[in-house]
Amino acid sequence: MSKWTIELDRGTCIGTGMCTATAPDHFRLEGGTSTPVNETVDEDEAVVDAAESCPMEAILVRSADGTVLAPQV
Amino acid sequence: MEPRSYPFPEPDDLVVNETYLELQRDEPVARVRLPYGREAWLATRYADAKIVLADPRFSRAPVMDAGYDPPRTMPEVPRISTILSMDPPEHTRLRRILAKAFTARRTEQLRERAQQIVDDLLDEVQAQGPPADLVDALAMPVAITLISEMLGVPALDRAKFREWSDAAVAITAFTVPEIEAAAASLRAYIRDLVEEKRENPADDMLTVLVHAHDNEDRLTEEELVSFGVTLLIAGHETTGSEISNFVYQLLTHPDRLAELHADPSLVPAAVEELLRVTKLSGSPGFPRIATADVELSGVTIRAGEAVFVDGLVVNRDPAVFANPHELDFHRAHNPHFAFGHGVHHCIGAPLARMELQVSISTLLRRFPGLELSGEVVFKKGRLVRGPERLPVRW
Ligand code: SF4
Repeated sequence: MSKWTIELDRGTCIGTGMCTATAPDHFRLEGGTSTPVNETVDEDEAVVDAAESCPMEAILVRSADGTVLAPQV
Repeated sequence: MEPRSYPFPEPDDLVVNETYLELQRDEPVARVRLPYGREAWLATRYADAKIVLADPRFSRAPVMDAGYDPPRTMPEVPRISTILSMDPPEHTRLRRILAKAFTARRTEQLRERAQQIVDDLLDEVQAQGPPADLVDALAMPVAITLISEMLGVPALDRAKFREWSDAAVAITAFTVPEIEAAAASLRAYIRDLVEEKRENPADDMLTVLVHAHDNEDRLTEEELVSFGVTLLIAGHETTGSEISNFVYQLLTHPDRLAELHADPSLVPAAVEELLRVTKLSGSPGFPRIATADVELSGVTIRAGEAVFVDGLVVNRDPAVFANPHELDFHRAHNPHFAFGHGVHHCIGAPLARMELQVSISTLLRRFPGLELSGEVVFKKGRLVRGPERLPVRW
């Protein structure tokens, strides 16, 4: 299984808790903003769901070769 | 101890009932009884609310289970599932269909259109001359026009659904048969509109939903209709009321108003702060059901028990907000729960923010001498609070 990477822009995040509730294994709320538990993860659709649901588009998910998987613009 | 009757009596103004604040201080997780259904808990502190709203050990779905007697204000047990009665992954499946339509970026693209709508309405107000009722002349039409255009509701039908929607969001302001009839009319109306979009697809959200049902099998026909109704109601009752509420708050806080006139760049911060302090919700909200035993402020919530949280009360928690009852446009950090928290965080939040910013800033700029010209009476017995009329002169 290939690895994905999660980038989270904490400057954009407004701490809605959408991602932490959508993918509780992958995100954590810390001091009012979200942060990925691990920046490199096994493929998991929940991460894509979280990135697609973020109202601020603060979460970027990339495949191993750097292609952006989510959010789709 | 005897559970308290809940919801607490509604104040006449936009303030928070004192009982909430006493509980927040002395009994942060309190036992409550609603008019119907089983007993429940009421959590009033920010830290507990965060757990109830975003921890996966709390669920919305059991309220739809046959045999579960949810705590509620109306005799009927709601049996029509909406996005608000779902958990992930069902919730995520529905939410994702429209998430793109509501991102902050997408909403910014609508700012120009919102500005135009507000300008046209205020041209009319100016032409008519004082006094004016800003509920009818600005607040409701701005919110209704924008959500209707996004959804694809024809302009001609808007008066019709406003009447239904007014009754559909009632708790005690109408009789139960009236409320049910209005809700049924709204569903029938959306059902017809869905058929119409099927025949004539357009660049709007109802067409996106129809496509997701017909071509991608991502939601059922019932979910499609429920989603349309929810968006239509939630999309204008709340924002429309908040525009009026915020204008009222500013006109009754002259120092804060003067501050905004002196520095209009404070408007976005002012909108956040008004969101934080204005008690919009007139209902107990949607209870969350524990799926495991969870401890909140030293109280154990047993699996199966229901917990209510009121975001607007939580927003007054002194542990998070210094001088919580003060309207302060200079808070460095304002993580309020006015839009909720967790997966059910309002999908329309960026849209509502933008509409509020445009309405408030334009109104202040064009009517610098604005003041109340009569008594303001607030609606009661509804899910959302707002003035019946907002009489102003300038
Ligand atoms: S969904 Fe987006 S804005 Fe909300 S907490 Fe996660 S990253 Fe932040």
